[in-house]
Amino acid sequence: MNDKPKLNLERVPIPKQAPEERATNFDEVALGYREEQALQEAGRCIDCKKPGCKDGCPVNVDIPGFIRAMKDGDMPGAVRILKSKNSLPGICGRVCPQETQCELTCNLIKKGAPIAIGRLERYVADWEIAHPEAVERGGQEARRNGRRVAVVGSGPAGLTCASDLAKLGYGVTLFEALHVAGGVLMYGIPEFRLPKTIVQGEVDYVKSLGVEIRLNHVIGKIATVDELLEQGFDAVFLSPGAGAPMFLDIPGENLSGVYSANEFLTRTNLMKAYLFPEYDTPIQVGRRVAVFGAGNVAMDASRCALRLGADEVYIIYRRSLTEMPARLEERENAEEEGIIFRLQTNPIRLVGDEQGRVRAVELYETELGEPDESGRRRPVRKPGSEFTIEIDTAIPALGTRPNPIIPLSTKGLELTRWGTVLTDEATGRTSKDRVWCGGDMATGAATVISAMGAARRAAIDIDAWLKGSG
Amino acid sequence: MYRIVKKELLVPNTIYLQAEAPEIARKAQPGQFVIMRVDEVGERFPLSLAGWDEKAGTLDVIFLIMGRSTMKLASLSEGDCIMDIVGPLGKATEIESYGNVLCACSTFGVGPAIPLAKALRERGNRVISVMEARDEGFLFWEDRLKEVSDETHIASGDGCRGKHRRASEFITEHLKSGHKLDRVFAYGRVFMMMECSRATRPFGVKTTVALTPVMVDGTGMCGCCRVSVGGETQFTCVDGPEFDGHSVDWEVLIKRKRAYLREEAQAYDLWQPDNLRKIAGLAGLPERSSAV
Ligand SMILES: Cc1cc2nc3c(=O)[nH]c(=O)nc-3n(C[C@H](O)[C@H](O)[C@H](O)COP(=O)(O)OP(=O)(O)OC[C@H]3O[C@@H](n4cnc5c(N)ncnc54)[C@H](O)[C@@H]3O)c2cc1C
Ligand SMILES: Cc1cc2nc3c(=O)[nH]c(=O)nc-3n(C[C@H](O)[C@H](O)[C@H](O)COP(=O)(O)OP(=O)(O)OC[C@H]3O[C@@H](n4cnc5c(N)ncnc54)[C@H](O)[C@@H]3O)c2cc1C
Ligand code: SF4
Ligand code: SF4
Ligand code: FES
Repeated sequence: MNDKPKLNLERVPIPKQAPEERATNFDEVALGYREEQALQEAGRCIDCKKPGCKDGCPVNVDIPGFIRAMKDGDMPGAVRILKSKNSLPGICGRVCPQETQCELTCNLIKKGAPIAIGRLERYVADWEIAHPEAVERGGQEARRNGRRVAVVGSGPAGLTCASDLAKLGYGVTLFEALHVAGGVLMYGIPEFRLPKTIVQGEVDYVKSLGVEIRLNHVIGKIATVDELLEQGFDAVFLSPGAGAPMFLDIPGENLSGVYSANEFLTRTNLMKAYLFPEYDTPIQVGRRVAVFGAGNVAMDASRCALRLGADEVYIIYRRSLTEMPARLEERENAEEEGIIFRLQTNPIRLVGDEQGRVRAVELYETELGEPDESGRRRPVRKPGSEFTIEIDTAIPALGTRPNPIIPLSTKGLELTRWGTVLTDEATGRTSKDRVWCGGDMATGAATVISAMGAARRAAIDIDAWLKGSG
Repeated sequence: MYRIVKKELLVPNTIYLQAEAPEIARKAQPGQFVIMRVDEVGERFPLSLAGWDEKAGTLDVIFLIMGRSTMKLASLSEGDCIMDIVGPLGKATEIESYGNVLCACSTFGVGPAIPLAKALRERGNRVISVMEARDEGFLFWEDRLKEVSDETHIASGDGCRGKHRRASEFITEHLKSGHKLDRVFAYGRVFMMMECSRATRPFGVKTTVALTPVMVDGTGMCGCCRVSVGGETQFTCVDGPEFDGHSVDWEVLIKRKRAYLREEAQAYDLWQPDNLRKIAGLAGLPERSSAV
C-alpha cells in the first residue's frame, strides 16, 4: 500500500432501533454493521505506519492488523488477530468506552473522524458466532500440567484469567457467588446493550477449555482463600469485582421504592423482573423515576426504568454536562429515548407516605465553584433554589465499593485506603503469597477491558511464578 | 442441583426439608442462612439453617408457606432437586460463655434455635428455651428443643400450655421475679422478636435478633436487605443477620418487608392452582399468612 489513499472522513453510522420503538423493549439498541457497511468503514483505515489506535487500547489489540484482514476478505484471520489480544471481542466491541481509548488515539481523530474500531470489532466477533466452523476456537483441553489454580469471581477478569491459564495447561476452577457466571456482564449491563447470549457464549467457551465453573460458591463463606490454598490449589486469582453499592446518605433512603442501581439492575437483568409474573422476582417502577448520578450505571438504570414502563425518568446530577462521566454514546441514546436530564441538581431528602413508600424528592440547584480534588468543578448549593418533585421510585447510582467478604476472611491480604486489594499493577501480585488480584477489586470500579488486561498480566505472572517454583 | 433427602409437614403451614449440600454442611455455623432458587424462573430467597450434618453432607431448613417461592419449594418431593442453594451466608452467632441465656423462638425460628442452643450449651451456658406457638396444633420439635436446653417452656397463643401467651410475656415475668439473664436470643416472626426486645430493654439484658428483610443476592451486592440499626444503615446479609434488638429500627424493617405485598399476591394467585394440585398430598393448607 504505497499510494497515499484518499482520506474518507465519513464514519459509517451504525443502524439502531428507532428510539420510540426501543424504549419499549429489551432488544439490543445498536443492530451492528451489515457486511457492506463494515467493509466501507474498514476501508477508511489508512493502515498507519505508526498506528496511534493500538496505544489507546489497554490490551494493545492489533487494530490495523485485524482491519487489514477484513479488507483482504480474510475474516477468520481477522478473528484470530483480534482474539490473540482480546478474548472477549463481542463484549468489548459493544461496551468499551472506545471514544476515550482506541478511537481517541486513532490517527484520524485529528481530522475529526476516527475509525469506528469498536463497531468493527463487534462485527468481526459476531461474524465468528455466525460462522462457528470457520475459525478453530481451540476449544479442546490443553494438556494438563498437573498444577491447579482457583479463580474467584466470573466477571471479565475471572473469565480471562481462567481461559488464559487453562490454555497453558493449568487445571482451573472458577468460583462464582451467583447462580450464573459473567459478573457485571450478566447482572449489571442490560440486555439492550449487551445481549446475554453473547456473554453465555463466552462462558461456554471458557468451559470448553476445561475450566470447571462452580456456581453458588461465595469464597470467604463456603471456603476461605486460605482453605483453597490448603486444599491443593497452587495459586488463587481474586476477581470478585467491586460490587457493594453506595447510597446518598440523605434522610429517607430506606423507604420502599428506593433501589440501589445494582439492585434495580440485578432484579431486571439477572432475575428477569421485566418478565414478572412469568419470572418470580418482582420490581416496582411506577410513573416517575429519579436516578441519582450520571455515569454508565445511571444511564443503564434510567433506560431500564423506561423500558419497564415508567412515564418520566429523571437523571439527577449535581454537576453539568461537561463533567458527566457516562459515555457520550449512552448519554445520547438515553436522551433520544426521552430520559430527562436535571443537571446541577442535588437531593436533600426523600419523602415517604405512611406505608413507608417514597413519594417525592426534595432537591436544590447547584452552581459550579472551583475544581475539587477530582479536578471537576465543585457543586455549591444555590440559596433559595429548593424544589420538590413527585416520584414513585428513586435509584441512587453512585458507584460501588469493594465487597468486604474476601478482605475480612483472608489473612495477610493488604488493602488500600479505598478498601481495594493492594496489587502490583504489572503482575497482579498481592501482599499475600500465591494470591493474585485483578479487575475492579484491584482498581475500584473501572472498565471491562481494563479488568481483562489486568487478568491477562496476572495469568502470565502466575504461569511464570509457578514454573519458577518448580 | 441439590437433592431433597427428606421432607416432612411439621404443622399445617410449616415444612421441614433436608437437602444434600455437602460443602455448605462442612462450613455451616449457628446463625447462618442459605439462599435458594427453586427453579429456572424462581426468585432468590433466604432460609435460616435449622441444622446440618457434615458426615451425611446434608442441611436442614424449616419454612413457612408464605407465597409463591415457599409454595414452590413445598411442592417438591423427596428425591426432587432444588436448582440453587448458596451458603452458608451471614455472620455466625457469637457463641461465648454468657452465663444464663434465654432462647425465644416461634414458627420457623424453632429451626435455627436448635443449633444455637446446642452450641451455647457446649460453651457452658445455661440455656432456657421458650417456644411460642399459636396453639397446640402449631407446636413442633418440642422434644428436639428439650434435648438441647436446660429448661424448656411453651407460650401458646390460645393458652393451651402454660400460662404465657407470648415468649415476651415469659421473659418479662422471668426477669421481674428476679431471675438473672445474661443474654437473650429471639428467632422467628418480626413481631415476636420486637416484643422480646421490648421485654428485655427495661432490664438492660442484651438481646440478639435475626432479621429477615427482603433479599436478592445475599452477598452484599444489592443493598436490598438494608436495615437501620442504631441509626446506621446495615446490610443484613453481610453485617448480620443478627443485630442488637434494642438498636433495630423495627418500623423501617416492617415497612420494607411489606414493599411487595401486591406483587406477591399476584405471583401467588397465578401459581396457586398448579400448586394446590401438587401439594394435594399435604394436608390442611391454611389461608395465606400475613407477612410480619
Ligand atoms: C451497570 C454497569 C454498567 C457498566 N457499563 C460498562 C461499560 O459500558 N463499559 C465498560 O467497559 N465497563 C462498564 N462497567 C464496568 C465493568 O462492568 C466492570 O469494570 C467490570 O465488570 C469489572 O470486572 P471484574 O471481573 O473485576 O468484576 P465483576 O464483573 O464485578 O465480576 C465479579 C464477579 O465476582 C463474583 N464474586 C464477588 N464476590 C465473590 C466471592 N466472595 N466469591 C465468589 N464470587 C464472588 C460476583 O458475583 C461477580 O460475578 C459497568 C458496570 C456496571 C455495574
Ligand atoms: C436471613 C433470613 C432468614 C430467613 N429464614 C427463614 C426460615 O428459616 N424459614 C422461613 O420460613 N422463612 C425465613 N425467612 C423468610 C423467607 O425468606 C420468606 O418467607 C420467603 O422469602 C417468602 O417468599 P414467598 O415467595 O414464599 O412469599 P412472598 O409472598 O413472596 O412473600 C411473603 C413475605 O416474605 C418476605 N419476602 C418475600 N420475598 C423475599 C425475599 N426474596 N427475601 C426475603 N424475604 C422475602 C416479605 O416480607 C413478604 O411480604 C428468612 C428471611 C431472611 C432474610
Ligand atoms: S478492546 Fe476496546 S479499547 Fe481495545 S481495540 Fe477493542 S474496543 Fe478498542
Ligand atoms: S490509527 Fe486509525 S487509521 Fe491508523 S491504523 Fe489505527 S485505526 Fe487505522
Ligand atoms: S441481599 Fe443484596 S446486599 Fe444483602
